[in-house]
Amino acid sequence: MTSLILGTATRLLMPLLLLFSIFLLLRGHNEPGGGFAGGLVAAAAFVLYSIASDVSTTRRALRFEPQNFIGVGLLCAILSGLPALLLDKPYLSSWWGQIKVPGFIDIKLGTPFFFDLGVYLVVLGVTLKILLPLEEQAELQSEDARDFS
Amino acid sequence: MMLTSLVLCGFVLALAAPAIHRVARGAAGYVLALYPFVAAIVLAVAGQKAVAGQAMREALPWASELGLSLSFSLDGLSLLFGLMISGIGVLVLIYAGGYLKGHPQLGRFYAYLLLFMASMLGLVLADNLLALFVFWEGTSISSYLLIGFNHRSETARKAALQALLVTGGGGLALLGGLLLLGIVGGNWEMSALAAQGDLIRAHAQYGPILILVLVGAFTKSAQFPFHFWLPNAMEAPTPVSAYLHSATMVKAGIYLLARLSPTLGGTEMWTSALTLFGGATMIVGGVLALLQTDIKRLLAYSTISALGTLTLLLGIGTTAAIQAFAVFLLAHALYKGALFMVAGTLDHETGTRDLEKMGGLRRVMPITAAMAILAAVSLAGVGPLFSFIGKELLFEAVLESEHSRTLLVGTALLSGAFFVAAATIVAVKPFFGALQATPKAAHEAPPSLWLGPVVLAPLGLILGISPGFVTKSLLSPAIAAILGRAEPLKLSLWHGFNAALALSGASLLLGLLAYASWPALRRAQRGREVLLGFGPARWYEVGLFALNRVASLQTRLLQNGYLRAYVMTIIVTTTALAGYTLLTREGLPALLTRPLQEWDVRFYEAALAALIVLAAYAAVRADSRLAALAALGVVGYCVSLIYLFFGAPDLAMTQVLVDTLTVILFVLVFYHLPRFASLSGKFARVRDAAIAICGGALMTTLVLVTNTVTLTEPISGYFLENSLPKGYGRNIVNVILVDFRALDTLGEITVLSLAGIGVFALLKLRPHREEKS
Repeated sequence: MTSLILGTATRLLMPLLLLFSIFLLLRGHNEPGGGFAGGLVAAAAFVLYSIASDVSTTRRALRFEPQNFIGVGLLCAILSGLPALLLDKPYLSSWWGQIKVPGFIDIKLGTPFFFDLGVYLVVLGVTLKILLPLEEQAELQSEDARDFS
Repeated sequence: MMLTSLVLCGFVLALAAPAIHRVARGAAGYVLALYPFVAAIVLAVAGQKAVAGQAMREALPWASELGLSLSFSLDGLSLLFGLMISGIGVLVLIYAGGYLKGHPQLGRFYAYLLLFMASMLGLVLADNLLALFVFWEGTSISSYLLIGFNHRSETARKAALQALLVTGGGGLALLGGLLLLGIVGGNWEMSALAAQGDLIRAHAQYGPILILVLVGAFTKSAQFPFHFWLPNAMEAPTPVSAYLHSATMVKAGIYLLARLSPTLGGTEMWTSALTLFGGATMIVGGVLALLQTDIKRLLAYSTISALGTLTLLLGIGTTAAIQAFAVFLLAHALYKGALFMVAGTLDHETGTRDLEKMGGLRRVMPITAAMAILAAVSLAGVGPLFSFIGKELLFEAVLESEHSRTLLVGTALLSGAFFVAAATIVAVKPFFGALQATPKAAHEAPPSLWLGPVVLAPLGLILGISPGFVTKSLLSPAIAAILGRAEPLKLSLWHGFNAALALSGASLLLGLLAYASWPALRRAQRGREVLLGFGPARWYEVGLFALNRVASLQTRLLQNGYLRAYVMTIIVTTTALAGYTLLTREGLPALLTRPLQEWDVRFYEAALAALIVLAAYAAVRADSRLAALAALGVVGYCVSLIYLFFGAPDLAMTQVLVDTLTVILFVLVFYHLPRFASLSGKFARVRDAAIAICGGALMTTLVLVTNTVTLTEPISGYFLENSLPKGYGRNIVNVILVDFRALDTLGEITVLSLAGIGVFALLKLRPHREEKS
């Protein structure tokens, strides 16, 4: 299954894809992108990695089980709505703050970002939760095929 | 917030009951009985205002847009019911501790019983229609749990399900009725609706409202022809029968009718429906009671008859009738609660509930026997007991009624006779005659078992001798709440020699006569049980069977497990429904010419469209999966190109990503699919093509039509304007997703998570056909 070209290319592509997915997530509020697209790119990166190497390596690279991403993502999205309640506004109303160090940083950060982060994690988790087991079974079968030949 | 916390405390206590039972052991019944005890005191104290004619109200707004607020009100009627529920509740909890002593699941039993108690209190205290309904369902569910408490017995499970289906089905009708009532009245508070009675009675929807509410009330209060579930519910442990199925829950329907009688009552339809069904129930319950030998079933049928009497009285609705209603209600709760507890004690001490197998028990169980006889005399309605006053008032009410007096008087007389006969059977059979050998050697029950009857039965005597205890403080306010006006109430045992007294005497004689011929009656009935098989219980069986058949039939038809069938059903339904609306609204010519009018297509757009069509055709005609998949990929990427052309880069990007992952997914799934084969025949292919083309055509026209028709101001303008100032983002799509419509997105990602876990479960649960050998 492993191919040298694919493996080398993936080693280069993988960080780029992950960076790109985070880039999409961060710029999503102003330019095309966002948590959903970002999550899909990240998932695609891991799927590519798993094709180039194998699923167990990918699971190790992920560090956490896909369902943990789903859970943390949902939690993140749900929690991001809570600050609004403290301000006596409807649940999930946005709340923005600004971090400003003159000359260096000027970031507007709001609860919608954490919501989007939640979406990102859920999409990543769900996609991998479905694709990785399928790949595992595919690997098993091709091993079977090799055993028989 | 006294009433609110009173009700909610019950639910909290229900949760804690098993733990309390574990700590307090044998004393748990007494400890838990503190709750209804405190509730009774609180209600009695807080009810002083209600007695003075001022209802106490409190509301906790919840979803006020939906008319939902948790509001409680304490007026005379609520007070009477509330005190009955909490008062008998104290005795029942103590009784349960003795009756189920040592039962491994006693803690759970307490929990169910408290759950019921809190629901029932909420039901009679609720002022909001929807809150009332929630508590109503709460009583149905707790009744289900309690009837089926002995869940190893199949009959208990069946009886529980039957009670749940009958009362739950009625509850569904009731919900419809209450919703209609709230919409028609424009208000969800019953206290406000009571003032709008004339408006509602004159409304065109009055008929449907009344029928739906009556179905709800009749099923709950076991009125003919829904009465059959109540005797079967006697499978429950006896504390439950004493409490739910005679003193309180079955009176919920009666309560509702009384509560709504200022709003809905007084019409021709109301009077005839209530007197008709009430009267029929009185007779049916009375006759069937005499055919029983199981003491609990006998009492259950006599309860049905009593419930019929209450309905009848509400139907007559005159001042005299409502006064009779209040007295009868209280009297019945006292003696029937006591009799059920006695029945449970007999069962507990002798090991049988068959009246024929008991006899002479007065010698070994003197306290129980005395109380049983006292309560039975009460059931018979003989002076100087409280129920005698109720019976006199009942006769006076039917004698005064304006409609079909003869029929009503006859019904009342007959049912009075049945009551007397049933009472005599219960009082004489088990306690007099020679002592019979029973499965268990009988001896006097422990105090926890006779405490209830000892409190309740003499109360009937005390109130009979001096009814003044309750007239002003309890009955008058309740009567005023039902009638909507205060009426003087004076109760006394002696009404003089009049028609009512004569009727009372006649019913006593008839009843004793019926008792004398009881053995003959039962012999005559033997062999004719088949006739009962055609009754409403049989209709229930047939209905349930038919329901199950229809369910399995339509499941096999619609949920047959073939994905292609699901897709086909969805597309055909959508096309037919939306297509029909489109055709009737727009007309065929307009639909056909519209695309031509708006023919503004660039060259590259046309080329892209052609490419999509070609790729789709190729996907259908492909003779290998990989080719079909590649063709589908082409379709997906072309669609995302279209998104790009029309200025939706977000969508385009997402589409490309989804398509890429879908292709990967497909490739992985290939391993699991059988060899590619053309499975469908020519006919199926043509049919599928037709459906697909129709679906596509519909979507195209729909998009074109919605583009030109504006039903309401589109919201996109708002989003465009407010995206940056309010959402701090220039990407409107994203601002909508994570800010303006964040709740929708939250719902979507939740569904996505569940779907992901579901797919995973399907993949893993699938039996491994290719186990490594």
